[in-house]
Amino acid sequence: MANILIYAEHLNGQVTDASFELIALARQLADSTGASVEAAIIGTGAGSLAYQLGGADTILVGESNELGEFNPQGHAAVFTDLITDRKPAITLVPYTSIGMDIASVAAATTDLPLVSYCLGVNADDGLSATCQLYGGKVEVDVQVDGDRAIFAMLSGCASADDGRSGGAGSEESIDVSVPELGIEFLYLTEPETGDIDIAAEEVLVAIGRGIESEDNIEEAQELADAIGAPLAASRPIIDQGWLPKDRQVGKSGLTVKPKIYLTLGISGAPEHLEGMRDSAIIIAINSDPQAPIFGVAHYGWVGDLFDFMPELTDRLEG
Amino acid sequence: MKIAVLMRAVPDPVEEFEIDGEDLDRDYLGFVLNEFDDHALEEALLLKEEIGGTVTAYAIGSADEVEQMLHTAIAKGADEAMMIGEDIDPLDAHSQAAAFAETIGPVAYDLVLSGVQASDELEGQVAMLAAASLGYPHMSVVVSVKPDGDGLKVTKEYWGGITADYRVSFPAVLGVQTAREAPRYVAVARIKQAQDSGTLASVDMPERGNEGRIHITAMRLPDTGEGAEMIEGDEEAAAEKVYEILSAAGVV
Ligand SMILES: Cc1cc2nc3c(=O)[nH]c(=O)nc-3n(C[C@H](O)[C@H](O)[C@H](O)COP(=O)(O)OP(=O)(O)OC[C@H]3O[C@@H](n4cnc5c(N)ncnc54)[C@H](O)[C@@H]3O)c2cc1C
Repeated sequence: MANILIYAEHLNGQVTDASFELIALARQLADSTGASVEAAIIGTGAGSLAYQLGGADTILVGESNELGEFNPQGHAAVFTDLITDRKPAITLVPYTSIGMDIASVAAATTDLPLVSYCLGVNADDGLSATCQLYGGKVEVDVQVDGDRAIFAMLSGCASADDGRSGGAGSEESIDVSVPELGIEFLYLTEPETGDIDIAAEEVLVAIGRGIESEDNIEEAQELADAIGAPLAASRPIIDQGWLPKDRQVGKSGLTVKPKIYLTLGISGAPEHLEGMRDSAIIIAINSDPQAPIFGVAHYGWVGDLFDFMPELTDRLEG
Repeated sequence: MKIAVLMRAVPDPVEEFEIDGEDLDRDYLGFVLNEFDDHALEEALLLKEEIGGTVTAYAIGSADEVEQMLHTAIAKGADEAMMIGEDIDPLDAHSQAAAFAETIGPVAYDLVLSGVQASDELEGQVAMLAAASLGYPHMSVVVSVKPDGDGLKVTKEYWGGITADYRVSFPAVLGVQTAREAPRYVAVARIKQAQDSGTLASVDMPERGNEGRIHITAMRLPDTGEGAEMIEGDEEAAAEKVYEILSAAGVV
């Protein structure tokens, strides 16, 4: 079988877990098909990080000063050329802020089918995948026509630790020359750190859009105070400016693993789940029995959070 | 500056979903504007207010799904609104992107804004697929777009709160995650006014190039209660149970 090509992303001097997950997934697929695994790493710093991708058989290194750490247009162009050159049967891209700039453009340019929001890929009988749609409320199985495709993988598709371990892939430099770019990388900005580090807390009370308005945050804060835990939140709460950015849990926020993660009015979109899925005990309060949060929760109650909050606050203070 | 905003209707995420074969049972589903497209529209309107220009809103879908959101876009300050096609497979991102690209390409916009993703983009992100067909530079997960000399300064968000700033020249396609300000509200009366002031322009859907290369063989509701112990009873019972869990874990 032809090769498996993965896009290994890196930022701020680190190869991401999502990249190691892809290596692990590619290894599983390679074991069942006999393919070899190629991992591409592109941009400023690629050369010094390549050694970490030893889980792949070949590491394609595109060190470049011009592209910066990540240039959406430039990196997509380099990776698209690689697909054209190496003709992989399976191309794996992480469904992350970086991968989102790569997968669709590469698919459109190479005219390969793209399967997005993937949880898993199977190559035993043609190419097929399992994917999540509608914010995780629906799951689909898809079959791909033909023998080549690109898959955009959600976080958690395989174990990052498995992809990190072992191997001694050989490195090969690749061409990173690109036509004139309309996008120029300027600089990275690290987040400001506030007074509370939610990643270090034992208990978090996490609120979502179900809280409805800024006025209701106070009631959630009272409950959190009664427990002795800080408030965390899903993205919409932060975007509204109701809580500071350092309280955001999920894909573009922080990853947390508290002893107890109590959610109030959070639906459980994949982008939220990837930041809290590994909490020891997850308790979900949501009025929608179909809410995907119940899929990862250990305990759930279907009902109105505004009925629940004062009850628990009273019980704790009572 | 000439800005195009690409919008799509998606099934209202708060509704109860039912499955009919390999698709949702769409008969009774409500449709809403993709939330990230709402942010794209807001960013476009903010830019127009800052440096002038025009905003044209495009939406794909059947009239009953998209009319209201296009009238809303006008009421919020868009200069024009255009409906594309009526008969389209909602999961077919490639056709949607081709339709957008073929419609907006000839108009030569400086900037094309759309939501970074939609909940039904099984075949890829429409904004980025459209960028590839147009041959324009592209960026996803954009959280700020500001005028900067003869181009733009654009902020992209990564993870853990890390962002990066870029200089972007025209033309470009940006997949917006969050506008600099929360999307504005508009009074129902203003939407009604937009509705009364004229019919929406519409263009036909171009033929699809790469007919059906991925097929849904099964669709299901994930077993969301799997593993979770569901607490029965009223809020008092729920609070009592959660209290017990907290106590047992030794955190209260
Ligand atoms: C690139 C990218 C990165 C992202 N990063 C993140 C991230 O880091 N973190 C994050 O959280 N999201 C992130 N998102 C957004 C994510 O896709 C979802 O939009 C978001 O998680 C939804 O938040 P929510 O669950 O609070 O809101 P919704 O999905 O709107 O859910 C609200 C829930 O509240 C319930 N509810 C409503 N009223 C009540 C009530 N009275 N009582 C009980 N329940 C009620 C509803 O049933 C619903 O399930 C990202 C998206 C993108 C595209």
